[in-house]
Amino acid sequence: MTPDAPQRPWTAIVHEWTVTVDHKKLAIMYIAFGLGFFLVGGVEAAILRAQLAQHSGTLIDPDTFNQLFTMHGTTMVFLVGMPILLGFGNYLIPLMVGARDMAFPRLNAFGLWLFVFGALLLYYSYVGAEGLYGESAAPDVGWFAYAPLTSRTFSPGNSTDYWILGIMVSGFGSITTAVNLVATILCMRCPGMTLLRMPLMCWMMLVVAALVLVAVPVLTAAQAMLLLDRFLGAHFFDTQGGGSAILWQHVFWFFGHPEVYILVLPAFGFLNEIIPVFSRKVIFGYALMVAATLAIAFIALAVWAHHMFVVGLSPELNSFFAAMTFLVAVPTGIKIFTWLGTMAGGRLRFATPMLFAAAFIGLFTFGGLTGVMLAVVPFDWQLSDSYFVVGHFHFVLFGGTVFGIFAAIFYWFPKVTGKMLDERLGRWFFWLLFAGMFVTFFPMHISGILGMPRRIYSYQPGRGLELWNLITSSGVLLQAVALITFLWNVIKSLGSGVPAGDNPWNAWTLEWSTSSPPPEWNFDRIPRVSSARPLWDAVHPDDPDSAYEEGA
Amino acid sequence: MSGAASTHLPVPNESAWRPTRGAVGMLCLIAAESCIFLTFVVAYLFYIGKSAHGPQPRETLELPMVIVNSVALISSSFTVVAGVRALEHGRFAAMKGWLALTIALGAWFVVGTFSEWGKLMDEHGLFIGTNLFGTTFYALVGLHLLHVIVGLVLLSGVLACAMRGRVAATHAHAVDMISWYWHFVDGVWIIVFTTVYVVGRASP
Repeated sequence: MTPDAPQRPWTAIVHEWTVTVDHKKLAIMYIAFGLGFFLVGGVEAAILRAQLAQHSGTLIDPDTFNQLFTMHGTTMVFLVGMPILLGFGNYLIPLMVGARDMAFPRLNAFGLWLFVFGALLLYYSYVGAEGLYGESAAPDVGWFAYAPLTSRTFSPGNSTDYWILGIMVSGFGSITTAVNLVATILCMRCPGMTLLRMPLMCWMMLVVAALVLVAVPVLTAAQAMLLLDRFLGAHFFDTQGGGSAILWQHVFWFFGHPEVYILVLPAFGFLNEIIPVFSRKVIFGYALMVAATLAIAFIALAVWAHHMFVVGLSPELNSFFAAMTFLVAVPTGIKIFTWLGTMAGGRLRFATPMLFAAAFIGLFTFGGLTGVMLAVVPFDWQLSDSYFVVGHFHFVLFGGTVFGIFAAIFYWFPKVTGKMLDERLGRWFFWLLFAGMFVTFFPMHISGILGMPRRIYSYQPGRGLELWNLITSSGVLLQAVALITFLWNVIKSLGSGVPAGDNPWNAWTLEWSTSSPPPEWNFDRIPRVSSARPLWDAVHPDDPDSAYEEGA
Repeated sequence: MSGAASTHLPVPNESAWRPTRGAVGMLCLIAAESCIFLTFVVAYLFYIGKSAHGPQPRETLELPMVIVNSVALISSSFTVVAGVRALEHGRFAAMKGWLALTIALGAWFVVGTFSEWGKLMDEHGLFIGTNLFGTTFYALVGLHLLHVIVGLVLLSGVLACAMRGRVAATHAHAVDMISWYWHFVDGVWIIVFTTVYVVGRASP
């Protein structure tokens, strides 16, 4: 990153990056590790889809299939979504609030290395763990690891223990990062940066951090109980000893559903920054957006049992959780209209970040609507654990989170590296990924309605599933080509990209007021702000935003 | 940014509420820890009375000893506050005395809990795998015990530094944050005590 880097021996560079406590370097490592695991998880998915491309597939055996979907899901949620999103928080929050670093820089480094260690621990299972058949084996219990599959009886060996410990350790890392984000946002803001003048991204990350603090420890506690069951003969989830397999489901989804919002709220934050800049307008309804985010956070803590409608809970409980799930769609809808309201009447410019942001709105809305369908209890009874559900959450997490991440990468890459990503390759990437995502995930809804259960390694011919599975699998090729375009773009732009300058998008928030890449200390002088758009105020002293603030 | 704008509209005074990052960080940690404890408490409550066989809470848990231990632990919250106050005013001898007393009270609680566990194992044959009561009891009380031990390690570290003259009045805030953690451990004990020894014993 530094201009003198090539002259130094590589060991010095490795040493510098290993011991660094600079939030920007740590963030770059978070995002780089996350993207690396994105490729790993993608290859796992590609093998799954190759197996399912035709009926009676024989590419891999059922055990390998179980391991691959477990590792795919676990990887994408914990080793891709979490580090990339927390990485963006790490990079951007101090710059956005006008601080020189996070509140606890050393804790920040500790969190990153915990995450890396947890990730390696999970993947070490491939060589270090004995599985069901005594050989080296990855975890094969699914990413939500339902009891009693995880008991010693059904999961001998150590593959499940690697799943528990890997996720637990990286979870500790997430908690330390959340502590750091809250402390940074509340205590490190520059003079004049009131809470309601923060970029909305900061609000999203504040709420995400709060959700991490509430949700992730619950998973940690459940995993600790599971460890006690597996190693000390406790009976928490041991049905033979009077324990309850349903308790695991409750506790897991009490974590698991807020986790979905942890994975998507940062992406909302990216959109909140990108859409106004590419519409050349102030965000429509700032306070409304903050309120809707807080509402989502609270309601998200009371919807978890909609993952459990087929368990056979009481009708009263089912109705409550269905109602809460309908309710959480309301603040989410408010956000959609807030973005549309920002775009309406704006001077829209569809550069690659904006393309991804606009696609996000459509794809996420689609995924959200199928979510509302699944909240209807009798509908869920029909389609629970089918490919309809798989299609639904991939629209939310791929069309939502992943598209948001790529919007953010194209938007902030110039700030991080000082070089622009190639716009023409960016467009190719967007359209290929958009097509690939649609071809892959849309037919899943149809195969699901036709009765295809998730997590089956094979299906019989003549049930109407062949065509839809073939289309789904072929979409993977489009996505693979798209990602190659992206990697090529990154490599090419790092080498010969157009220099970005401080503020290539003509944006208004503080991270664009410093150089690209920013110096280690971020700002030569700690900025002072008097509105939510300090860079607008600097350019338009005759017509500052602060004149329009409430009470002005 | 522009001088004209900021004179025209003064920056609002936020000094009314500016917590330190240490305080915010510790409160966040306490929030996360609370969620871990809450999960174990819920599991305990969920499994009350569901042990089909083996020792039951009412016939095994004895109150007198645990009440003495609890008084020791709760008192240590007050002694640690006295220690922090002494440090703020630069009375180092008093600070060391109060810290040592806090550690002694905490250690008393640890020893007392282990001796209670010894009795439960020897006289009633209650182990973590015996039944659901054993599972939830040792897990919840053990989780709390683990936190007491972590707190003791932190306090002992402060005391060791103080003995070597490495603690100054300027460190009062940092030591105060450790005392917040200690208050949390004590506060959680009141909830654990209520769950295990009051609600748990009251149920048939």
